[in-house]
Amino acid sequence: MADGNDGQRFDRLPATEADRTVDGRATRAEVIDLFADRFGIPPRIFDDYTFWEKGAGKIWIYGGDAPSPIEIEAIGMTCLRTRQEHWKPTTDFVQRFGTHATDCVIELDREQARRFASGEDQDLERWDGDWGYLIAAHEVAGQREPIGVGLYVHGELRSMVPKGRQRDLES
Amino acid sequence: MGGSPLIQSLPGASKPTNASHSNPEQMEPLERYRPIIDDFDAFLAACERPLGNAVRVNTIKATVERTLAALEREGIGYEQADWNSRVLDLETDSPGSTWTSFHGFTHGQEEVSAVPPVVLDPEPGERVWDCCAAPGGKATQIAALMDDRGTVVANDNNLGRISALRFNAERLGATSLAVTNADARNYSLERFEFDEFDRTLVDAPCSCEGTIRKNPDALDNWSEGHISSVAGIQKGIIRRAIQATREGGTVVYSTCTFAPEENEAIVQHALDTESCRVVDFDLALEHSPGLTAWEDDEFDSSLEKAARIYPHQNDTGGFFVAKLEVTA
Repeated sequence: MADGNDGQRFDRLPATEADRTVDGRATRAEVIDLFADRFGIPPRIFDDYTFWEKGAGKIWIYGGDAPSPIEIEAIGMTCLRTRQEHWKPTTDFVQRFGTHATDCVIELDREQARRFASGEDQDLERWDGDWGYLIAAHEVAGQREPIGVGLYVHGELRSMVPKGRQRDLES
Repeated sequence: MGGSPLIQSLPGASKPTNASHSNPEQMEPLERYRPIIDDFDAFLAACERPLGNAVRVNTIKATVERTLAALEREGIGYEQADWNSRVLDLETDSPGSTWTSFHGFTHGQEEVSAVPPVVLDPEPGERVWDCCAAPGGKATQIAALMDDRGTVVANDNNLGRISALRFNAERLGATSLAVTNADARNYSLERFEFDEFDRTLVDAPCSCEGTIRKNPDALDNWSEGHISSVAGIQKGIIRRAIQATREGGTVVYSTCTFAPEENEAIVQHALDTESCRVVDFDLALEHSPGLTAWEDDEFDSSLEKAARIYPHQNDTGGFFVAKLEVTA
């Protein structure tokens, strides 16, 4: 069991590739690099956090104490889906840490934000940045606030807000 | 006993009484508390009124100031509780369908339900156990009081309720929570690297009499037999909580019920069987002292340091809170 990925327990991510013992498991360095390279989130933000995998590719971020491996229900919050071509951050991670992002953040106006939160896809031709997963944000009380993850392709912003988190809100 | 009456005029209190709400017959089980509650008629009248929509500001995601600005921008009126600036009463019928809720700036949580974590008073970096944590309002409040730094073990024995706990923890951005599914009465710390907690909250399963304003059917299946069986579980949980907490550490015991069998009698059982003492705490919310006698039972005089919060005192739900120090 020690060599494979076990869906029943959390295993702490290896620091780097040299420490990797489970095939296909992301490393801490890769996770932090992704957040830095794509979104400009400074790596130091994660100094006090550990990253864990449970199930194939689901990564969790945790700030407390725990030995590895550990069989519990949840450890901190889910932050990233790996083991697929494009790694996808979670809505809740983006809401919690996306305020530190400087790149690949698409700012929505009131009506666009409302549609995004309700789970609607929408045409947005004006984006001239990278395609792929973006942080959708809007202005709240004078500051930019992340709403969730969007997938931008072919002039369309697809809302990745999970069904249970979607809400019909006033614009 | 200190404290000022908090919200002077709740929106909920000015609404016409909902016809579907509780009727006097449903209140019958509460008659047994007539001898211990001052102004019992005001107590009964309060129990028959529906509650307002209280939320707690989640400071993991936003400051109180920013949350209030966001609410104003949304055109949602609010009233801040006098005793706690993070507790708000919202002038909306759907506090879960606001931008502030979507962003995790606010979490629907009854005003008195925000009391136990404040009494527990956890500090950043500590190890804290919330042994009956679902659906997670208090566990995430504990995390927020610790600036989301440290370890909050949020346990519940009910797997179904744990999904609600996990959903809330993620929406509120609590990264210090470790969620476990076990019976608190024989909880094992072997799964962690540490062998004791600094503080533990026992927000015990109870007969929920104090939630009558929120759940008009709360008293439908009331019986002394039910109280007696739930009291057995509460005794097991409080003992394990004290055993799992370090010497000098804090255990807070709370319920949302009035029954002394589930409150003072449980704390008395802890005093009789474990190494602990009841300690004072400040609570700037009107309340009554814990009882030192009920029917044929007498309790230690230190039980007066516990707090009984009745619905008519602050226009809230009912609650009991006691703070214990572990002495060995």
